[in-house]
Amino acid sequence: MLVWSRSGRLVIWVIFALIFGVLFLAPLAVILLSSLADQWNGVLPNGLTTEHYADVAKGAAWNAVKASLVTGFAASALALVSGTWAALSLRLQGPALKRLLGLLFFIPSAVPSVSVGLGLLVAFSHPPLLLNGTIAIVMIAHFVLISAFTFGNVSAGLARLSPDFEQVASSLGARPAYRLRHVTLPLLAPYLVAAFGLSFALSMGELGATVMVYPPGWVTLPVSIFSLTDRGDIFAGAALTMILVAATLVLLLGLERITKRATGS
Amino acid sequence: MSAVAFTGPSVMDIDAAKIRGAGSNVHFDKVSVAYGAHVVLHPLTLDIAPGEILAMIGPSGSGKTTALRAVAGFVRPASGRIRIGATDVTDLPPYERGLGMVVQNYALFPHMRVEDNVAFGLRAQGANKALISERVKDALATVGMATFARRYPRELSGGQQQRVAIARALAVRPRVLLLDEPLSALDAQIRRNMVEEIARLHRSLPGLTILYVTHDQTEALTLADKIAIMRDGRVCSHGPTTELYRRPPNRFTAEFLGRANLLPVTVAEAAGPKGFATARHGDAVLTGAGRDEKAGDKSLLCIRPQHLSLTADSEHTNRIVGTLSEVHWQGELTHLVLDVDGTPVRVSATKLPVALPEPGAKVPLFFAPADTSLLPEDASV
Repeated sequence: MLVWSRSGRLVIWVIFALIFGVLFLAPLAVILLSSLADQWNGVLPNGLTTEHYADVAKGAAWNAVKASLVTGFAASALALVSGTWAALSLRLQGPALKRLLGLLFFIPSAVPSVSVGLGLLVAFSHPPLLLNGTIAIVMIAHFVLISAFTFGNVSAGLARLSPDFEQVASSLGARPAYRLRHVTLPLLAPYLVAAFGLSFALSMGELGATVMVYPPGWVTLPVSIFSLTDRGDIFAGAALTMILVAATLVLLLGLERITKRATGS
Repeated sequence: MSAVAFTGPSVMDIDAAKIRGAGSNVHFDKVSVAYGAHVVLHPLTLDIAPGEILAMIGPSGSGKTTALRAVAGFVRPASGRIRIGATDVTDLPPYERGLGMVVQNYALFPHMRVEDNVAFGLRAQGANKALISERVKDALATVGMATFARRYPRELSGGQQQRVAIARALAVRPRVLLLDEPLSALDAQIRRNMVEEIARLHRSLPGLTILYVTHDQTEALTLADKIAIMRDGRVCSHGPTTELYRRPPNRFTAEFLGRANLLPVTVAEAAGPKGFATARHGDAVLTGAGRDEKAGDKSLLCIRPQHLSLTADSEHTNRIVGTLSEVHWQGELTHLVLDVDGTPVRVSATKLPVALPEPGAKVPLFFAPADTSLLPEDASV
């Protein structure tokens, strides 16, 4: 809807600023201030300090950052490969099978992540599938939870890809593998990068399943934040949250630059 | 030029001499295509001679694109065989058929420069670098795009993109070039230029066999050696372009190709040795090119709008009278619509009398027997 009057536009902007400020900015601002707060007894912190960042840096923060980044990368890469493979394969199936298998792919995202974690814990606690207490089970939990989103993103990209590109490539003599590598995947690149970015962001923030399955020595950032705040160390938890936000943002901005370069936009 | 050094089994091993001198024929042998119970192409038997341009035209859903896609290998025939040259390609995958294809929206790969787009097919077939470089230069020069080699498709106009798409298809030296509504996305002026360019291109590659699918009769008439007119999944007429235009075999062909006027007549006298029959339309006795009509047969007299004149002369010996209902001036041409005993008759005139009659006036129309054709009055075709 277009608003033509100046006062009307002003009202719209004020409403937008209020909603955005209250729902999105305020929680983040509170966390940021908490991470820098010396003490907080009134409306605003009594004083500012970087002590909490120094404390978490001295503690297990960097291990948590490393665990989260490695888990996020590995699970997202695996989800990207399997989601892309599934989307490409399902494209060749009939509409009924396509719908059914597509739905199955989305089931884990509809189940509470704690239940997924519990399910994995039970399933992988007995030989021969004894993964309980390993890093692999954390990766699997993240993979199960995020793969639906990569599949969804890549499927959406494929649906928007004109079949003409691949058909023309075939008619020119390109075999399926050559066509996939030189035509289909490059054309899907923006969707692949977006799928990876979304998966990575989801993995970085994942807590419910991770808290059920993580082994000692592989504590991810969300688990560390949960532990700190659970112990009442709110300011240190806030500092770690800001590190999590910064790490995720840096990666997502990097991916955006890659996408722009790849698509030339 | 040397042949492409291919790594895999390919039917695209054709050198320049072959494409210039002896393209491959395409043979549809009772080819039908169905999606479930829905038949979109009824058994089609048709030949495209080497070096020939066959235009398939028809309304949407007539099966013309399905026929082209069956040749390309993107649609599997429910029955029948397709041969290209001596090869039965019915069961071959698209990448082994030795074709070039150009589609309506160009489908240039947006992440590749023009030169890489043109080189794509040769690289896919494992040709060596020297040959690729030579062929890319040749193909781009053929379509007048040599100076655009380093550009990306997004930096080109629609007409330029289509030229690159044609160069890409030609670079692999295809046995048959498939053009699927290649000019539909272009505006009228560029489309006219491109039709002329494709005609010029075919003159420079006379051995290249082309299957050209379009809904535009002007493109078909300008380019094609032969035309196949499709309707409801069937070929309703097929023949040399001029023959089909001058002597349409049925009502649909006459109306689809050139929007002919069809005047209902009763044959008075069958065609004589010179091929002219006499027919009656109301009180008017008309002479027209006949086929095998017999006296008393109900028939249609086909007259093109541009063959009707408002003035008599020695050649225009047939005369009918109509009531003028509409006049549309379009610069070079003026289109008149007259009512001749309930049949609307269109006239396209370049020269008109100084005093143009007013709508409602009775206007005589004259036409030459040689510009007419009798065809059967059969509503089913």
